[in-house]
Amino acid sequence: MIDESFITALFEKHSYLSKLESIDCLTVRCASENLISLLSSLRDDDGFELMVDLTAIDHGESESIRFSVVIHLYSLVHRGYLRIHANCSNNDNPTMPTCSEVYPAANWHERETFDMFGIKFIGHPNHKRILMWDDYPYFPLRKEFPLAGIDTPLPAADVSEVTDASVEPAPMMGGPFVASASGPMSDSEPRAKDESWTEQNEKTS
Amino acid sequence: MQSKSNEFAYNGKVEGDVIVTRSDAVINWIRKHSVWPMPMGLACCAIELMASAASRYDISRFGMEVMRFSPRQSDCMIVAGTVTYKMAEVVRRIYDQMGDPKWVVAMGACASTGGMYRSYAVMQGVDNIVPVDVYVSGCPPRPEALLDAMMKLQDKIGNESSVRNLRSTQPVATSR
Repeated sequence: MIDESFITALFEKHSYLSKLESIDCLTVRCASENLISLLSSLRDDDGFELMVDLTAIDHGESESIRFSVVIHLYSLVHRGYLRIHANCSNNDNPTMPTCSEVYPAANWHERETFDMFGIKFIGHPNHKRILMWDDYPYFPLRKEFPLAGIDTPLPAADVSEVTDASVEPAPMMGGPFVASASGPMSDSEPRAKDESWTEQNEKTS
Repeated sequence: MQSKSNEFAYNGKVEGDVIVTRSDAVINWIRKHSVWPMPMGLACCAIELMASAASRYDISRFGMEVMRFSPRQSDCMIVAGTVTYKMAEVVRRIYDQMGDPKWVVAMGACASTGGMYRSYAVMQGVDNIVPVDVYVSGCPPRPEALLDAMMKLQDKIGNESSVRNLRSTQPVATSR
């Protein structure tokens, strides 16, 4: 665990940090313009050598701050995790400076975060989608995107011409398909929870 | 004049060294016992596909062990795994590159229907882009199930009108 003396020293050194409530590890909020200097300092001076994860949160369309990037660091010296939240100021065209020059591991994580949330990472060396194809028009992990998907042409026009196939919303009959957290494993595995409706008989409630 | 070495083969006292049969029977007999599969391994089903080729299940007992990774050399595509929309293009292109006659086996729930992936990224069944001959249930199917499917495919090949298909100008395999 990260000891208290380091935490106080960290907040003294970086006055722009604010502490966030968290049940597992030390969590701080950092303004996006200070992010790179904070990460460089953490890596070079404080022993946070591993970037474990970089992802984002969509807080919802009506929130004043819609997107925030979340970074998990691990220190082999302190033997503990540090979580950094950085808010994207612009809700319609969210951006964030790239961390890939400090932590090369962030390269693909940032591409995935761009692919799923549409957050642009300024200065990224290879800024393009990593999972969906390049022309895909949506960002699937945004709140307004339905899980089943949206009608879209296939990436290859000649294939869809021959096969008449396109990206169609997946059937959700009886869905959602979620695991219940409790009970025996045989009952808690993902399955159709609401079988009162079908594709023909629309869901009433 | 009958040579000595032929005695244990066909005894052609009546017809001479001639066997009378139908072209369909001969062509289908040749085709069904030399199926060369193309392992289109996309997910965990590919592991079961490898298991069915290994010594315990030994797909070569049924005459289809010559797995070719080149579409030009194979005539049966085994789609083993989840077909995403991004991969669908590749599957179709490789299918197009295979020479006729060709067959497709959809191995497992994902390749057959999309399986548990009811999501924006996964094609709901590979039959959206290629004509499937045999569907195999299971997640993943056991090697026995795949062997059974391949034998079903052999039965299907055995009943094809191969001569008519050879003469026809239409491609044999068409999409839906």
